[in-house]
Amino acid sequence: MSVTPYIVLSAILFTIGCVGVLTRRNAIVVFMCVELMLNASNLALVAFARQHGDLDGQIAAFFVMVVAAAEVVVGLAIIMTIFRTRRSASVDDASLLKY
Amino acid sequence: MTVFWILAPIMTIAALGILFVRKAVHAALLLAVVMISLAVLYAALDAPFLFAVQIIVYTGAILMLFLFVLMLVGVDASDSVVETIRGQRLLAIVGGLALGLVLVIGLGQISMGTAVGLDDANAGGNIQALANILFSRYVFAFETTSALLITAAVGAMVLAHRERLTPKPRQPELAAQRVRDYAEKGTHLGPLPAPGVYARHNAVDTPALLPDGSPAPDSVSRVLAARGVIRSAPEQADHIEAVQRSLEGHREEESL
Repeated sequence: MSVTPYIVLSAILFTIGCVGVLTRRNAIVVFMCVELMLNASNLALVAFARQHGDLDGQIAAFFVMVVAAAEVVVGLAIIMTIFRTRRSASVDDASLLKY
Repeated sequence: MTVFWILAPIMTIAALGILFVRKAVHAALLLAVVMISLAVLYAALDAPFLFAVQIIVYTGAILMLFLFVLMLVGVDASDSVVETIRGQRLLAIVGGLALGLVLVIGLGQISMGTAVGLDDANAGGNIQALANILFSRYVFAFETTSALLITAAVGAMVLAHRERLTPKPRQPELAAQRVRDYAEKGTHLGPLPAPGVYARHNAVDTPALLPDGSPAPDSVSRVLAARGVIRSAPEQADHIEAVQRSLEGHREEESL
């Protein structure tokens, strides 16, 4: 069984997440797209672990999950703080540093 | 491989849906579809531990966190369609398509040969094998993640913490405030009147009647008033004669 289809699916998911980050305006949806990209890379890691008969890829995916969990906690707290002060979850509204 | 060919289109469609749905809650649910399908793919790729972790940590914890924040922020906080940078959306889509094409064509060019498979590595059980590697070669990285998680937890607490700017009003202050309101605005000192209790209706949506027969607005919840579901007590009394008449008729029938 070849793992190429898994890698292609991972690339497609990564691309979709990438476009989502660039086009969506809601900070929470942007964050979900980042999660989608992390998940896509995880799929590639697990597929390559199988390709090489080595569990290091699965360990890497495990660490990516841990980092993603920590990232979500801090990121959502930041979104909440911005929402509390600016009453908006749009990434366009947090533009004070521009001026 | 059958599992893959069933799940891959579902995952791609769900992921594309995240790009196009208007509501953030729908995007979260579509992301859940992608994540659970990924978990099944992990199981198909001989990673039973990651299968469980994906469902427990990603779908169970992270996605629920997303939904929590969505509920706090307000579910109808939908996207604006206004572009702040002109042509940015189009450029993003073109760039994304280019990236996808490059990746897919590049992957199509190489042949990876047959997979070695994880049968040897998983011989003593996947979880045992993972633990062997995790607590030997990657033990330093593992310990470092503990620092990361603690930092993240403390950071989230610091961000979520709100400093109280005014002292919390306690009972003496509240009582003094009530008396002050009475002196200045004539607000009633005692508790609010209870809703009306009548022979035919005693629910909280019927106001009590004042001595002159007018309803007391304070006796019903302001929420019910805002929704406009308050019943009027005199209106209910309008039917009383009809009820009495029917009762009379009933009684006459009985006596006959």
